[in-house]
Amino acid sequence: MRAGVIVFPGSNCDRDAYFALRDVLGYAVDFLWHDAACDLGDYGLVVVPGGFSYGDYLRPGAIARFARVMDSLRAYAARGGRVLGVCNGFQILCEAGLLPGALTRNIGLKFRCMPVHIRVENAATPFTRRYRQGEVLRLPIAHGDGRYVCDEATLQQLRANGQIIFRYCSPTGALDAAHNPNGSVDHIAGVANAQFNVLGMMPHPERACELLLGSEDGRRLLEVG
Amino acid sequence: MPKARIYITLKPSLLDAQGRVLENALRQLGFETVQGVRVGKYLEVDLQPDGDPHAQIEAMCQKLLANPVIEQYRYEVSDS
Repeated sequence: MRAGVIVFPGSNCDRDAYFALRDVLGYAVDFLWHDAACDLGDYGLVVVPGGFSYGDYLRPGAIARFARVMDSLRAYAARGGRVLGVCNGFQILCEAGLLPGALTRNIGLKFRCMPVHIRVENAATPFTRRYRQGEVLRLPIAHGDGRYVCDEATLQQLRANGQIIFRYCSPTGALDAAHNPNGSVDHIAGVANAQFNVLGMMPHPERACELLLGSEDGRRLLEVG
Repeated sequence: MPKARIYITLKPSLLDAQGRVLENALRQLGFETVQGVRVGKYLEVDLQPDGDPHAQIEAMCQKLLANPVIEQYRYEVSDS
């Protein structure tokens, strides 16, 4: 299995993703430089990592969406290639129009850096088929702009199509405001596109792939094939 | 030389968390007449004199400067 990790100026979870994919899962992994177009056809998975691409200038992801590698990523996704955007990667995929909605300032204005629980809302996607429907995962978050928003029509569509993949929840899987760390609409922690080959999420699965690091709940999400 | 002044704010339907905090802070300081605060961005863009500045600024806002999913914008163009 071959996986790619995009590197923007200001990415800071690229090495975490690289480590998880190479050292934990044993994949061949390439870093993909933001300023080069490339053929991604050989990759089973391309990760758009977390961080602060281009310093989050203007809005998180606003500049990154125009990087040359994004044209390659768009073509790869259009052919059905599997794309996972984590944190800033999620923001970038929304800005690029590869995922619906947008991520804006956390409702409490704080940068939230903590473990959270999320519930698997759709276990029938290529990313989540190794999880049980309704399974509760413990993953870290670290973001200031993680409040997922979209218009009402889009929200209805996401619900109807099963595109809401993860929701923030309590350790026992209950949905309540106390366990929604950023004020996301409908507790949304991750959404997929209509074809389910592009997934964006604020929590970091790549930082939760070994028990030594507190959780290995994220590991199955990165497994391909 | 045409100068565009661009104002970008969150759509009214979206909660502006910063604006709400400032609204509360102003009330606590005794500004009891405050009914609402929206925080946004202000940009100045200088343009070459030729071409249609409005069309250019509109395109810039659509493509990069604002995110139409969550933001609204307005601008004025003046010679200065």
